[in-house]
Amino acid sequence: MKQKYLIELRDVTKSFGNVNAVDGISFGVRPGEVVGLIGDNGAGKSTLIKILSGVHQPDSGQIIVRGREVRNWNAARSRDAGIETVYQDRALAPQQTITRNIFMGREIKNSFGVIKVKTQYEEANRLMREIGFTSKVFDPDSPVATLSGGERQGVAIARALYFDADLIVLDEPTTALSLVETAKVFGFIENVRSRGRSIIFIGHNIYHVYDVADRFVVLDRGKVVMKTARSEIASADVLMKHMQEIAEMAHADAGLSAS
Amino acid sequence: MGFGARPGGQQQTAREDVSPLVKWARNNRRALTSTLFLIVMLIGFTMANPDVFSQFKTYRSVMIALPVSMFLVVPLVFVVTAGEIDLSFPSVVGLASYAFVSIVDQGGDPLIGIGAALLVGALLGVVNGLLVVRIGLSALVATLGMNFFLRGFINILVEGFSIAIPEVRGTFIHTLLADDTIIIAGNQGIPNQMLWALAFTALGVFLYNRHSFGVRVHCVGDNPESAAEMGIDVDRTRILVFVFTGIGAALAGVFSVMINFVWWPTTGDGLLLPVLAGIFVGGTPTWGGIGTVFGGAIGTTIVAFIETGVIAAGLTGFFTQFFYGLIIILSLIFQRFNGGRVR
Repeated sequence: MKQKYLIELRDVTKSFGNVNAVDGISFGVRPGEVVGLIGDNGAGKSTLIKILSGVHQPDSGQIIVRGREVRNWNAARSRDAGIETVYQDRALAPQQTITRNIFMGREIKNSFGVIKVKTQYEEANRLMREIGFTSKVFDPDSPVATLSGGERQGVAIARALYFDADLIVLDEPTTALSLVETAKVFGFIENVRSRGRSIIFIGHNIYHVYDVADRFVVLDRGKVVMKTARSEIASADVLMKHMQEIAEMAHADAGLSAS
Repeated sequence: MGFGARPGGQQQTAREDVSPLVKWARNNRRALTSTLFLIVMLIGFTMANPDVFSQFKTYRSVMIALPVSMFLVVPLVFVVTAGEIDLSFPSVVGLASYAFVSIVDQGGDPLIGIGAALLVGALLGVVNGLLVVRIGLSALVATLGMNFFLRGFINILVEGFSIAIPEVRGTFIHTLLADDTIIIAGNQGIPNQMLWALAFTALGVFLYNRHSFGVRVHCVGDNPESAAEMGIDVDRTRILVFVFTGIGAALAGVFSVMINFVWWPTTGDGLLLPVLAGIFVGGTPTWGGIGTVFGGAIGTTIVAFIETGVIAAGLTGFFTQFFYGLIIILSLIFQRFNGGRVR
C-alpha cells in the first residue's frame, strides 16, 4: 500500500520575469523517507524548496500538507506545519547571538510577546552540546559571526533539531564543510530518519545524495525529468550516468533553439 | 567530534572562564562607552566652571527640554537597528502636537488631545512605512520628503500663527506630565517630564532586548533575507518601527507644548540634528542589526549638555556649534574602538 504524503506539490509553477524557474512540478514526501533532490545549476532546486518552505509563493499549483490543501502559504505557516529548512546560506543573522539565531522567528515567549530569555539560553546551551559543540568556550551568547562555517551550519541544524520537525529540508548542507563536519551531517540525517522523520536532501555531489537518499527526484530546467527509488539504481555511478545524459539532452536542446 | 571541533586556538582559550561582569560589560560596551563619555564630559565642564556645575538648577535646566529628545531617540534606535532611517520626525512632532493644541485650545479635554496626537503620529508612521516598505522608496529620501511636505502642510494650515494654551497650567494632566514632584532644592525639583522620559526609555530598553518585537527588529536589520526565511514578517516589522517613531514623535510634541504652553508652526524643527546625533553618539552604529536604546538616551543627554557646558565654561554662544561637532566626532571615534560590522 502506498503511504500518504506528508507534503505534496501538485503542478506548481513559479517564474521570475521570463524565466520559468519551476515549470509544473509535482512531487511529494512520505513520512520517514529521505528524498534526494538533484539537478544542475538553474534546474530549479532552490526555488522549489523555497516554495515548500513558504519563502516564495507559487504562481499556480497546489500545496497539500497532510492531505489538506493549504492557502496563503508562507514561511511562518510552513514552520508551524512542522517543516524546518536548513538553507544553503544558513539563514543566520551574524551579529546576533547563537541563542537568538536558533530561536529566530519562533522565540520562546509568553502571550505578551515577552521572551523567556533564560529558557532560551538553557535550551540553546543544551542543543549545542547535543550537536557537538565540544568545549565550553562557545557561549550561547556569542555572536554567530565568531563561528566557523561548520559551526554556523551546526547552529542552523540545531534550529531544525529543536523544533523536532516532521520534515527537514537540507539545501546543499555539505557545501564548504570539512570531511569531519560532512560526516556529522550524515550522522544527523541517519538520526532523523531513525526517528521516523522525513528529509529532503539537495546536493550537487551525486555520491553524497546516493548514499543517503531512499528516492531521487531529478530536476532539469524547472521540470521533473526522473523519479526513481534507490533500489532501481545499481550504484552512484549509474545515477551519475543518468545525470550526464540529462545534461547532454539539455545541451542538444539549447543548440536547437539557438539555430 | 562535532561541528565545534577545531584545534584549540588562542581565540578559544582567551574566551574561557570570563566572569559574568566581564561578559555583561562586553555585551553592553557601546552603551558603556557613551556613558563613560558623558561622565568625562561632565567632569571636564565641572573643572571649567565648578560653580555652575555644582548647582542643581544647571542640571534642571537641561532636564526641562531633554525629555522631548528622549521620546524621539528611543524609537529611532529601533529604526536604525532595522536598517532604516526616519528624517520626518521633526514635522511629525509639529503636526501631532498641532492636533493636541487645537483640541485643548477649543476647550477640549487634554486627554482627548493626547489621544488625537498619538493617532496622528501613528498614522504618519504608517504612511512612512508604506512609502518605504510597500512602494520601495529609499527611507532616507522618502522621510526627508515627508519632513518638508508635512511642515509645508502645517504652514498652509495655520499661516504662521502660533497657538498658546496657558489654561492648561494647574490642570491635573499638566501637573502629572510637566510639573516638579520630586523637590531637590528650594521649590525646584526634577521635572516630571524627565521621569516620564526615563520610564519611556526603560520601556524601550525592555522592548528592544526582551520582547519579540525588538528581537525581530535586530534580525531584520542584521539580515532581512534570513529573517524572512525564518518566518519573520519583515515588511510588518519595518512598518512597525516607523509607527513606533510616529508615536514617540507625538509624545515628544505633546510634552513640548506642555512645557512651553505654546505651539509654534516651527515646533519640532530644531530637533532634527541633535536627536540624530544622539542616536549615533549613544553607540548605535549606522549599518543596522545592533544598537543600544540606553546609549541613545545617554547620547541625547550628551548633546543636551554641550550648549550649557560651553556657555558655563565662559565661552560665547559662537562656540556652541563648534563644540557640538567636536564632541560628536570625538564620541564616534571612541565608539569606533568597539569594532566594525561583523558578518
